[in-house]
This record gives sequence, structure tokens and C-alpha cells, in this order.
Amino acid sequence: MAHSFNQRTDLPVILEPKFKAPDALGFSRWLVGMPPWALPAVAVLMMLWPIAGHAQAVYSAEKIIDIMLKWLPLLLTKGFLMNVVISFFTMLFGTIAGLFLGLGRVSENGAVRSISWLTVQLFRNSPWLVLLFIVMLTLPFEIRIGGTYIPVPDWMKAVFGLSLPVMANIAEIVRGAIQSVPSAQWEAAQSLAFSRRQIMWQIILPQCFKRMIPPWMNWYAIMTMATPLVSLLGVTELVTLSRQAMEAEGNNPSLLMPFFGFALLIFFIYCYPIARFTLRLESKFALKG
Amino acid sequence: MPASTTTEQTWTQDQPIVSIKDVRKSFGTFEVLKGVSMDIMKGEVICIIGPSGSGKSTLIRCINALNDIQAGSITIEGQEVHDADLDKLALRKKVGMVFQQYNLFPHKTALENVMMAPLKVLKQPKEEVEKRARTLIKKVRLEGKENSYPGELSGGQQQRVAIARSLAMDPDVMLFDEVTAALDPETVKEVLLTIKELAADGMTCILVTHEMAFAREVADQIYFTDKGVIVEHGAPDVFFENASDPRTKEFLGQIL
Repeated sequence: MAHSFNQRTDLPVILEPKFKAPDALGFSRWLVGMPPWALPAVAVLMMLWPIAGHAQAVYSAEKIIDIMLKWLPLLLTKGFLMNVVISFFTMLFGTIAGLFLGLGRVSENGAVRSISWLTVQLFRNSPWLVLLFIVMLTLPFEIRIGGTYIPVPDWMKAVFGLSLPVMANIAEIVRGAIQSVPSAQWEAAQSLAFSRRQIMWQIILPQCFKRMIPPWMNWYAIMTMATPLVSLLGVTELVTLSRQAMEAEGNNPSLLMPFFGFALLIFFIYCYPIARFTLRLESKFALKG
Repeated sequence: MPASTTTEQTWTQDQPIVSIKDVRKSFGTFEVLKGVSMDIMKGEVICIIGPSGSGKSTLIRCINALNDIQAGSITIEGQEVHDADLDKLALRKKVGMVFQQYNLFPHKTALENVMMAPLKVLKQPKEEVEKRARTLIKKVRLEGKENSYPGELSGGQQQRVAIARSLAMDPDVMLFDEVTAALDPETVKEVLLTIKELAADGMTCILVTHEMAFAREVADQIYFTDKGVIVEHGAPDVFFENASDPRTKEFLGQIL
């Protein structure tokens, strides 16, 4: 008798449970997966905004373009450049601190492990803005080293504040990568008389370096997008300057969308290639192992 | 120097190089080794055979302190291995180990794998280490594969790099933990040949193996373990022809 495999049955079928591990590259995937019409849609909204405002308050398109062109150099060189500088230093400090915190999470010493765990939990799960406020308000505006006073600029304090959550998240990346190396590697190295520290730095970490890069870059993009938070604390950067520029131009509502839309666009242009590159690296490393 | 030489008795070559006395080892409540003893002289080749789960691998992992023991003693050249004060690194310089899954360092080439421990652990000069590493790679018949990464080598080739890597530390004793169990039948031969040459050079070797023909050919002593004890041991000819214990007979009957 012919047997159809397509026939529906009411026999119970045990399906494999679908477990999805948390995605370390979620942000990059979201950014790269943005549909092509997203940017034009934003642009149209920006154009429509003035129409929605009061007729007499509306600036003409020419006037808006004039204003934008006037402020553009300042917004880029004094504004967005500052966001990039903040993001670089944040990533630098966050990575160095995160590496050691991550090593602390797998330390042989129980006390070090517990303290590292607590630190990671604390800074990973705290609101970034709260951390920023605490750091801004508690760090002195100058540090005395010997007899000289070294001023700590506001943006430096912002860097410290942003470094804390980045550090905690990098620590988790490091810990995960270390634990993903098979324990047989440890045994082989032990049997060759390597010390624990040598095994970690010369055998384990070099092996997981590659797998740490994509999630690390993902965090760089997330953190860069979060740098405008520091404008709430008065640090000069793109959004702070945009607000000041609008104020100087009479706070006309028809300037809101052009200015903030421009900020959105700049961040997108900066982070989109990073996200693309992150996913490219990820698939390359996934193939080569 | 303080007289902390309680464990550092002078060892002479007419004494066993490895001496295992009444070793007991448990994982949780499960006792894997229930009082195992054996003496191995310098230059001897020992094969440990027995059904899986009989504690063979655990025993040789205890010899270089990858596993700890609960009772008994293991000495290498007169030094107690499981002495808490002992420098484990000093011990491991004397004992080489080769694993079932090769465990080469995947981010290093074959040559770098062999060179790494002498360079970083023994801090020997690079030129000398490289020269010796190239000789060792030639010795395990992998000339031309110096710059290949482990991922580019077959299982048998990787295992021979692993043997060269252990030999680079110039050990006095070599431990082989089922080193051919993960290999294709055709590559088993080349690995066994390498071990045979090593044994012929006078290296003290302790092997856990399932290769009975090889054990018979190369071993000076065969130990048969079952359920955590040594059931019997003897020279290969005696062991394979005249095994006395019924458990040994049953095991050999299944395998040969």
C-alpha cells in the first residue's frame, strides 16, 4: 500500500526543546538587520515635522539648511568627535579592568571569585545614568599628585562612569571565553610543567582572544550609542552642542527634528559599519574555529 | 639550606624509578583504586590493560599528580609525588604525558607546540630549543609538517606531535593514556611505531592500552587491572599464555 508521508496524524511528536542561548551580538544584528527604508523614513519625518508646527513659527527649508550648515562643523569637530573620544577611552579602561575582573571570576582564590562576582553583578545590572551621576558627583574636579594639582575634566569623569558597566560586561565575555576552552588544554599544559599563570596567559587567553573580539565590538557599539547620556551631566558632546545651537537659533521647534535627526544619522553612520564588521568577523571565526 | 630533605632521599638507578604503594583513590564515594602497588625500573616498558572503568587511566593520571590520591604513596626517583610541599612543576618536568585526545595547543604550529614548554618553562635558549624540536619532529617522522597547525594534521600526526612535545622536556618517564584509542586503524600503526622506537631507546614508559598485540611485543611487564585492583601481572609471554586468574582469562578471551 502506498504510504503518504505528508499525511497529518494525531500521534504525539516529541519535539526537541528549542533553547536559544543569549545572543552576545544582538545589538549588531539588530543594527545590520535594519530595513533599507528605515533611514528614508526618518528623513521624511524630519521634513514633515515643520508642517506640524505653528505656521508662523515655521522656518523655511532654506533657512533650516542655512542654520544646519552653519553649525555642522562645530557639531562634528567639537561634538561628535568628543563622543568618539569618550567611547575610545571608555573602551580602553573598560577592557583593561574587565580583563582582570574576568580573570578574578575564575580565580583559584574563593574570596577573589566572590568579590569579582559581586562587582560584575553590581555594575552589569545598575542603570548607566545612575552610575554616571555617582561618578560625576563623587570624583573630585582635580587630583593632587605630589604638590601639583591635576584637573579632572568632566568628560574624563564621564569616561570613568561609562567604563564601569562596560568593564562588568567585558568581564563576562572574558570569563565565558576562558571557560569555553576545554579542560584538556589545562591538563596538557599542566603535564608540561606550565604554572597556572603561564597556562592562563600563554595558552588559554591566546586561544580565546579571537572569540572575544565580536562580542567586544558589539559592546563598543552599544556603549558609543550611550555616550549622549553624558549630555545630561553637562559634558560637551554632540547632543549638548545641538541643544545649545538650537537655543542660539531661537529655540524654534522646526529645528528639533533636523538637529536630533542629524545626531541620529551620525551615530548610525558610525556604528553601522562596526556592526557589519562584527558580524563578518563572527561568521569568519565560526568557520575557522 | 634547611634540612627539608625528608622526601628527597638519594635515589639510585637500581631502585624503582616509579614506585606505587597501596594507592587508594576515590571520586566522591566511588573508590576507583583500591590499593594498587607496582614498581617500575628505569628503562622498563609497562603496559596496563583491563576493562574500561577499572581505574587504568586514573592510575597513570595520579603518577604526575593530575589526580590526587587518598592513601598510599607514589614516588618518582625517590620523591613522593603527593607530598603537599612538593613542587609539582619540578615533578612534571621529569614525567611526560600523552593523552588520548592529543590536546595540542590549537593556536600554535607543530614546531611551536614542541618548542613551547622548553622555552617558557625551562627557559632554554631559543636556537638550542628549535634545533632539538626539529630533530624530534624528524624522529616522529613529521618532517615538513613543522609549520602546520594541529587542525591541518591527521589524528595520528597530531598524536606524534604530542609525543614530540612531551619528549622536548627530556623526561625520565613517559605516560601514555590510551594514545591510540581515538585514532583511525591505519594511523594507529605509525603512532605505535614511534612508541616502540622510544622504548628501544631505553625510555621508561607506562602505557594504558587496548592494543594487545602491541603490548605483547613491546612490554617488559603487563599489569591487568579490574575494579580498582591489580589482578595479576607478569612478563608478556607468561601473561598471555598462562594467565592464572579467571578474570584475566575471561578478559583475554573476550579480546583476543
